[in-house]
Amino acid sequence: MHELAVTESILEICLRHAEEANAAKITDINLIIGQFSSIVDDSVQFYWDMIADGTIAHGAVLHFNRIPGEMTCRTCGHVFQPTDRTFECPSCGSIAVRITKGEEFRVDSIDVE
Amino acid sequence: MTSRIPVVEKILSANDRMADRNRLLLDQSGVYSINIMASPGAGKTSLILKTLESLDGRLKLGVVEGDLATSIDAEKAAAAGLPAVQINTGGECHLDAAMLADALPTLPLEDIDLVLVENVGNLVCPANFQIGTHLNVLIASIPEGDDKPYKYPGMYRGMQVLIINKIDLLPYVPFNMEYFQRGVEVLNPGVVTFAVSSKTGEGMNAWTDWLVKQVESQKQ
Repeated sequence: MHELAVTESILEICLRHAEEANAAKITDINLIIGQFSSIVDDSVQFYWDMIADGTIAHGAVLHFNRIPGEMTCRTCGHVFQPTDRTFECPSCGSIAVRITKGEEFRVDSIDVE
Repeated sequence: MTSRIPVVEKILSANDRMADRNRLLLDQSGVYSINIMASPGAGKTSLILKTLESLDGRLKLGVVEGDLATSIDAEKAAAAGLPAVQINTGGECHLDAAMLADALPTLPLEDIDLVLVENVGNLVCPANFQIGTHLNVLIASIPEGDDKPYKYPGMYRGMQVLIINKIDLLPYVPFNMEYFQRGVEVLNPGVVTFAVSSKTGEGMNAWTDWLVKQVESQKQ
């Protein structure tokens, strides 16, 4: 389980940006999480409710905006979503593909009062 | 009145900054370092001990052992004559940069060419946490099965060197090398790969010869 470490990082980032904006309260946190970034949403919210207690982020709602994985074939240019059994291009069968979406792992924005 | 503040910051940016500091310390000390990741039982500790044997004095090693608890691995390394430090993560499933920052100063860095960091046995989390080493090495062992790149793409993306271990078991277990390598090639095109057996020693010299060259080119 690395969700605690992840949650602590999210809290540190949010508090720092809220403080810079002189915000009184953080209400919502908008996260961008790619399909290939492993994280369990419920665990993060669970830890959040514990570690954000006593801060201006107490009670904030975490929104996990999931980005589906996307691959682009370097041979024929076809863009597709990989399955969990094969990464081959479904159009031409090439394995010369690259991951073009799905590795995002960031705090995108926070809503404050 | 609610307003939205754009942040756009990587979630693990604090860890990444700490990893940069570790790298700086290692560079200033003239020490090369590798982060060895694998599932439990893939042969991380055995490979470290066999690497020591195959190097045959060409490099001075130090070892950092990461585990949930116990100091079994550090004791094995110390018994082989290596300066070793154990990190017990207390349940955390990976090493992070702060843990390595605590461990590094306890090694005699001035007498070491190469620090081998053995991460916690886990194919999920360690790839997310940079610790500041120069190279991420993933050990894949034959009995784990040929589908691991497909199931754990993060780990196969986050490495720079792949060691396929326990190749002496290929005749005895179902393992489609072509299927395995197709998955690897997609996730990490052209990655440097060594096929070894730390039991028989097969392939170990190719790995350690390459390692010596890496360390030497770093020093120049």
